[in-house]
Amino acid sequence: MILDDFDPKEDKIFRIIDNEGLIVNSELMPDIDDDTAVKAYKSMLFARTADDMAVSYQRQGRMYTYPPNSGQEAISIAAGMIMRENDWLVPAFREMGAWLAKGVTLKEIFLYYMGNEEGNNFKIANHTLPFCVPIGTQLLHAAGIGYSINYLKKDDVVFAFVGDGGTSEGDFSEALNFAAVWKAPVIFTVQNNQYAISLPVRNQTKSINIAIKSYAYGLPGIKVDGNDIFAMYEAYKQAHEFAKTGNGPVLIEAFTYRKGAHTTSDDPTKYRSKEEEMKWDKADPLKRMKKFITNKGIWNENEEQLIEKYKNDIEQQFTDAENFTPYQLDDVFDYMYVDMPDDLKIQKVEYEKFLKWKEAKK
Amino acid sequence: MSVMTLVQAINNALDIKLAEDKNVVIYGEDVGFEGGVFRVTDGLQSKYGVERVFDSPLAESGIVGTGVGMAVAGLRPVVELQFDGFTYPAFNQFISHVSRMHNRTRGKYKVPMVIRFPYGGGINALEHHSESPEALFAHIPGLKVVIPSTPYDAKGLMISAIESDDPVIFMEPKRIYRAIKQEVADEKYTIPIGKAKVIAEGTDVTVVAFGAMIRECQKALVMAKESGISVELIDLRTIYPIDKKTITKSIEKTGRIIIVAEAPSAFSVGAEIIAIANEEAFLHLEAPPKRVMGFDTIVPLAKGEHFFMQTPEKIFYEIERTFKF
Repeated sequence: MILDDFDPKEDKIFRIIDNEGLIVNSELMPDIDDDTAVKAYKSMLFARTADDMAVSYQRQGRMYTYPPNSGQEAISIAAGMIMRENDWLVPAFREMGAWLAKGVTLKEIFLYYMGNEEGNNFKIANHTLPFCVPIGTQLLHAAGIGYSINYLKKDDVVFAFVGDGGTSEGDFSEALNFAAVWKAPVIFTVQNNQYAISLPVRNQTKSINIAIKSYAYGLPGIKVDGNDIFAMYEAYKQAHEFAKTGNGPVLIEAFTYRKGAHTTSDDPTKYRSKEEEMKWDKADPLKRMKKFITNKGIWNENEEQLIEKYKNDIEQQFTDAENFTPYQLDDVFDYMYVDMPDDLKIQKVEYEKFLKWKEAKK
Repeated sequence: MSVMTLVQAINNALDIKLAEDKNVVIYGEDVGFEGGVFRVTDGLQSKYGVERVFDSPLAESGIVGTGVGMAVAGLRPVVELQFDGFTYPAFNQFISHVSRMHNRTRGKYKVPMVIRFPYGGGINALEHHSESPEALFAHIPGLKVVIPSTPYDAKGLMISAIESDDPVIFMEPKRIYRAIKQEVADEKYTIPIGKAKVIAEGTDVTVVAFGAMIRECQKALVMAKESGISVELIDLRTIYPIDKKTITKSIEKTGRIIIVAEAPSAFSVGAEIIAIANEEAFLHLEAPPKRVMGFDTIVPLAKGEHFFMQTPEKIFYEIERTFKF
């Protein structure tokens, strides 16, 4: 069991393929057939394309601030491969692969980043909490969901995500502690992408890695190469089995790199070097997987055509989001309460009077 | 004199205090190397070193709580919380310690710290990045709460805040961080905490506002003038301690008062000012005092934010209604 074999105290990292797409740990290579491997690559390619387009829509002023996923695709896509329909997704805001796997649509994601709460109202995806902008707070919800799962005697597992910066928040410690005390079936993933906006992880924590923090709370932890989709897949598979069978939570540190900016408002050239970016570019999860499937002779697609096809699909979903019903005054009020106080109804009526006055003045 | 934005004026105030007082230290998320996400602390780390201007781990309760420790041990920390909506993890520290250390120890320990953060809406921001939580802070006994609306005031108020032996919450209207440029004296000056400023004198209606709403009110004043309504505009500048005298004096003259702010109106600064109007100037009122503030809802995301924010037109509409009452 990898959770025993990769002790974070020894700063071991679990890895299956290297930067050349060659298997370095054949013993632990997951049993993934060729079609699934190709599909995993395609999912990463789709997510990367969607992410690039999202950044470009933002630059065109058609969408507001957006946090890019680029470079971190293997993590949440591997999670998505393991996640069942009844499993819970408790996201931060950089898990596109897992959202898509859950059935969240790009249209919904775009709608949210266009500034419409309706984007958080996932029509198909169940057991999926909305994007979480405050840092680390969602992890406690994951622990609570885990308690409910045990209480209701279900076998669901919670997939909860946070970044390296979020591990400094008190809520991170509290969530791991609660989940461990309750033996809650939660897989906590820390996407350690090396930076919390400008702060490098070496100044965020003096722990030798993030997985080692699991020791303090009494749950297993493992550091995984987050740019290696096979390693992430195998780690999730084992963690899922562990959590599902009543053993409690697991902490996975997914060691990765944010290729883009923190959000479109950020300029990473201010705080990191070209050399570093180039070094990490060699470990890009898509490049590695592409090499693997090419080496194996199972990649026969015309990638340019495929990307074109993805782009058309993404563009269509973006257009659907742009053409979504315009925001109404009711949308400000209708969901504030299940049982709306009279005072709010009055505020709405008063505002309508102003709108009439404004209209009459024209 | 130099022409400065609000960001530059605050940076200048921090620079002056760092140079003058070796006990001043600045920290928070991304404030050191990067100079803050809005560049308010830009250049200060390279000028004063990493011991005095530094990045903290990502934890707001940690930032504020350690600030209390530094303050009782003789430093003057000026900490940044990155956004209005990220101040909440530190509320236990604000309520249980920052605000009451002096009282609990009967004056043996003081907490001379400044907690500064950008606040407010109107910039199409992400969730939790457009809030105006001034009333939450002003409701905590033991805190002072300051909100500048101009570069000139921002500099003078920031210097006063750092020199204050009481803890000061310094809220910066991010919407006008770079929207206003003004001549600001290069040398040190202070503006007293607790003093409002009459920006425009008038006789018919008093308008009290602060932060980014001042600019919107000034536009509304032009519309009011065209309609023959003379408006007195007061920039509150300090939320607590609130300048009752300036507000009351104005009501005595105009008999009518409206309060313009971004926050939800229930249990707000607007509600407090109406209480002051009733308690201090009841017999002078000729129309019901009015809050021109946000709905009692969450600030909508970008697509719906225009319904929530006060615009010059909406402010004028309320001025006219109050005038014609």
